[in-house]
Amino acid sequence: MENLIALLVAAPLLGAAVLLCGGRRLDAVGHWIGTALAAASFVIGAILFADMLGKSADHRAMSQYLFSWIPVEGFQADVSFQLDQLSMTFVLLITGVGSLIHLYSIGYMEHDERRRRFFGYLNLFLAAMLLLVLADNYLLLYVGWEGVGLASYLLIGFWQHKPSAATAAKKAFLVNRVGDMGLSIAIMLMFTTFGSFAFGPVLGTEGHPGLVGGATEGKLTAVALMLLLAACGKSAQVPLQSWLGDAMEGPTPVSALIHAATMVTAGVYLIVRSAAIFNAAPDAQLVVTVVGAVTLLFGAIVGCAKDDIKKALAGSTMSQIGYMVLAAGLGPIGYVFAIMHLVTHGFFKAGLFLGAGSVMHGMNDEVDMRKYGGLRTYMPITFVTFGLGYLAIIGFPGLSGFFSKDKIIEAAFAKGGTEGWILGGAALLGAAITAYYMTRVMIMTFFGEKRWQPDAEGHEPHPHESPRSMTIPMIVLAFGSVFAGGFFSIGDRFLNWLEPVTGHSEGNSPVSALTVTLATMVLLVVGAGIAYAQYGRSPVPVVAPRGSLLTRAARRDLLQDDFNHVVLVRGGEHLTRSLVYVDHTLVDGVVNGTAASMGGLSGRLRKLQNGYARSYAVSMFGGVAILVAATLLMRAV
Amino acid sequence: MSTAAVHSLWTTAAEPISKIDAPKIEYGQLSPTLIVIGAALVGVLVEAFVPRKSRYYTQVFLSVVALAAAFAAVIALAAGGYGTTKAHIAAMGAIAVDGPSLFLQGTILLAGILGVFTFAERRLDPEAHGNRVDSFAAQAASVPGSDSEKAAVRAGFTTTEVFPLLLFAIGGMLVFPSANDLLTLFIALEVFSLPLYLLCAVARRKRLMSQEAAVKYFLLGAFASAFTLFGIALLYGYAGSVSYATIAQVVDGTIPNVDPALAGTMGNDVLLLIGAAMVVMGLLFKVGAVPFHMWTPDVYQGAPTPVTGFMAAATKVAAFGALLRLLYVVLPGLRWDWRPVMWAVAIVTMLGGAIVAITQTDIKRLLAYSSIAHAGFILAGVIATSPDGVSSVLFYLGAYSFVTIGAFAVVTLVRDAGGEATHLSKWAGLGRRSPLVAAVFAVFLLAFAGIPLTSGFAGKFAVFKAAAEGGAGALVVVGVISSAIAAFFYIRVIVLMFFSEPRPEGPTVAVPSPLTMTAIGFGVAVTLVLGVAPQYFLNLASQAGVFVR
Repeated sequence: MENLIALLVAAPLLGAAVLLCGGRRLDAVGHWIGTALAAASFVIGAILFADMLGKSADHRAMSQYLFSWIPVEGFQADVSFQLDQLSMTFVLLITGVGSLIHLYSIGYMEHDERRRRFFGYLNLFLAAMLLLVLADNYLLLYVGWEGVGLASYLLIGFWQHKPSAATAAKKAFLVNRVGDMGLSIAIMLMFTTFGSFAFGPVLGTEGHPGLVGGATEGKLTAVALMLLLAACGKSAQVPLQSWLGDAMEGPTPVSALIHAATMVTAGVYLIVRSAAIFNAAPDAQLVVTVVGAVTLLFGAIVGCAKDDIKKALAGSTMSQIGYMVLAAGLGPIGYVFAIMHLVTHGFFKAGLFLGAGSVMHGMNDEVDMRKYGGLRTYMPITFVTFGLGYLAIIGFPGLSGFFSKDKIIEAAFAKGGTEGWILGGAALLGAAITAYYMTRVMIMTFFGEKRWQPDAEGHEPHPHESPRSMTIPMIVLAFGSVFAGGFFSIGDRFLNWLEPVTGHSEGNSPVSALTVTLATMVLLVVGAGIAYAQYGRSPVPVVAPRGSLLTRAARRDLLQDDFNHVVLVRGGEHLTRSLVYVDHTLVDGVVNGTAASMGGLSGRLRKLQNGYARSYAVSMFGGVAILVAATLLMRAV
Repeated sequence: MSTAAVHSLWTTAAEPISKIDAPKIEYGQLSPTLIVIGAALVGVLVEAFVPRKSRYYTQVFLSVVALAAAFAAVIALAAGGYGTTKAHIAAMGAIAVDGPSLFLQGTILLAGILGVFTFAERRLDPEAHGNRVDSFAAQAASVPGSDSEKAAVRAGFTTTEVFPLLLFAIGGMLVFPSANDLLTLFIALEVFSLPLYLLCAVARRKRLMSQEAAVKYFLLGAFASAFTLFGIALLYGYAGSVSYATIAQVVDGTIPNVDPALAGTMGNDVLLLIGAAMVVMGLLFKVGAVPFHMWTPDVYQGAPTPVTGFMAAATKVAAFGALLRLLYVVLPGLRWDWRPVMWAVAIVTMLGGAIVAITQTDIKRLLAYSSIAHAGFILAGVIATSPDGVSSVLFYLGAYSFVTIGAFAVVTLVRDAGGEATHLSKWAGLGRRSPLVAAVFAVFLLAFAGIPLTSGFAGKFAVFKAAAEGGAGALVVVGVISSAIAAFFYIRVIVLMFFSEPRPEGPTVAVPSPLTMTAIGFGVAVTLVLGVAPQYFLNLASQAGVFVR
């Protein structure tokens, strides 16, 4: 059974190779090949899952050794896979949602002449993401990590004829590089500290404590902070959050799959996978929770001000991942809920994005919600599925988000002390804001009067329901949005499933679970109510009003780009300019000066060669005199 | 007179003579030299008796056959073990037959064959009055620009004497590195120097420059020879012998019995040091080491280019061979005295050659300074005083000589109305017009610069490695710095050839006969083979790197 693990990665990798190297003759069938191989990977994942369920909880982890990758004395890196409950969860999420989005893309990308290439990139992404979650050491994980970065870059910039898309791709790549540096430094630190970077030896396995136990807390904190930096880059957490909003320039299925459901959660995976390191570095854990709390508010505030439906959802994604990071930073109290929220979020956020894509599809690719309105009757399936996703994300009782988010808020309070109150309070506030901005999106898109505008070429929009290849994935994801949370939580199924890997502890909540749930409900109603009052009771202006200072700042993503520009870009420019100056004056000066002085010396020595045999003879005589004298002198000394 | 009486008279007269032992000469082991010298003598007779029309073909044929036969003899001797197990001292102590001798003789003979090819080239110069001519004057004795010169040109005379002169020079060079006593050394020096002086004087074009070069070379060469001879006299005074073995024994203090007549001066270290310095100076003059290098640019520039190529390659091989033997066989006991001095010579030679080359504008002078810098690099290997030092120098000499002959052969191809176009500005854009010739020359320049995958790199690496292991790390640093400086002007020529606009009335590249093509092709082949797969030849050199004492 272990031998199937490599096939999980191999199937989409094969698809990518065939589609990207196959050339035009595959244009007609390329999308089916890509979808079939993604589905194949899902089927293999399902088989392995069934096999895993058949075993007892302690014997579920599997591994497969492929080959020795870098065999150097004292530095051993293998290509080998590890499939435990945590990886399995991700495999099912990635291949399941991935397959649905492949299916959706067949319809969505129907009129794009580079559709085959698009599916090649999607398959490449699946292969890299699966490699990331299946690797049994950090170096191989890094390969997958870079691979998803590459696929993300290619797909954000897929419509490369648009300068904004090309810029957004570059921005995402550059910001991600900062995080990648963190991961590579973390791996180097691990190698110097532990002499290894494989999960088993470093983190420990059942009954074998890892090398983590032997390291000082300072070193572990350094490793953990570097891992956190990596996670911030990939998962768009403050301070490396700025790329995610721009990444919405990519085709909507990409936003759904990569920038909502899977890739952006890789940072959460990294932290949860490295639990042993973080558990031993409480200071780093505190930083993780702070990053999570700040981001969850940051993303929520940005989401409130955006009129672009995808950017509003992107802000929401950032905020929801903030919840997961917060939970992951809480340690064993939160790991399971971080992953659970990750999975439910994968369902409802992918569903929301696909819904947004469906709306855009019907509205001539318009993304400004102020030019939507009243779409519920024109696109009933989209409305219902989007609506279910909406209810799930705001945490409507009984739906997926309710279970997973509520647990995180409880866990934040359970952290205890002042920290617990602050973190719990932030999480509660975030829930209220979530209700506000999602209600706003819902009302502006599907309710109210029509505010449709003709597009740049003067075509009036004719909203219509999307083809079945698009609606089916939306319906499936809507089912997940509704039922997944309940399924996981009733009888603590998810907790029991994941606990052998991540461990779990209950914590000491100062407030009861019921109080938290009630408070959440109240805030939810308040948030949604304010949104209804603002957007449902009075008409929505087509041109955005000037708004308050906060609104304006939030529209500019809370000035993140301005901050980066002033601090990093300007600073970097000054640094490079001074380095160029030093290079020109000092380095080139030394080099050119040496060359010039050699030339001058050459010209002067050349004059000794005057063409007269007599002066040549004198020089020989002088030479011989020196030779003899030196030889005698050597003996005398 | 009866036969008996005659017989008796013979015996009476012969009686005292028979008390002197007849010298025992191992003719077989000396056969390479004997073949070449013999062919040279036959060549003189050819000049006297063969009709003018046929002399050229006869001489070329004779020279090539003799050199090939001599090379075959060297191979046979080496195969017979004379380079390793059966190495010994032949001809009553005058000639050493050992690995270094045979290796260097083989190199000199191969260079000699390529030299004959370039000497015999008759397609490059335009025909004079319907006669094909080579690089040599119609009649060397006629005054430049005189009527007799014009008459000689009209008559289609050529100086076919260059072939026997070349053979004499090669004969001397074969003896030079194998000479095992100081007198043989000196005679070999003169035997190969005098023909070279003459060869330098017989250029067909720019005859005054050629003659000036020859006179300078002769004057300075004679000056250097005088020092050498004086040094030999002092060494004889020191050791009471000119034999290498005896001098070495005296230096080491292991001489078994001292001649009472010499006891007064024998073992006087001042005589030894001064004498050794002067003999070494004579050899340093021949290799062109600073400060005895000043003849090199003038002579290289003035001499007919085929002569320059041959001389630059073969003289260096022979002279370094003799220097190695002198320092390793005669003066090893003195190495704490000569090493520091040779260090200084090597350093100023490497730096001096490389630095002055930067501002040269004539390709032949440029290559002359390059040869000075290379002499410095080889000296670094000599100073290593280890078996690796010897074998690295042998390898370097082999590699360098073929690059040099090839490079000068290319110089003969690039011509304009005035003959060879040696001014660098005329080489601009050569790569556009004649990509093949420019590419070949670029290969040679890269080899001079010591770029990997050429023989120059393998050689330089070998000598620097030997020098570093021999404790001369500082020398290696200077060597690498000089290489960097030298790379500048080699690369500059490549840039000039490939990345400059060709001049409108630039030189043309003449199509040579198969002779020059063979010389150039062989040079390129050796350069690349020794660069890509040097190991076999390095092994060969290290097997050959043991001197017989």
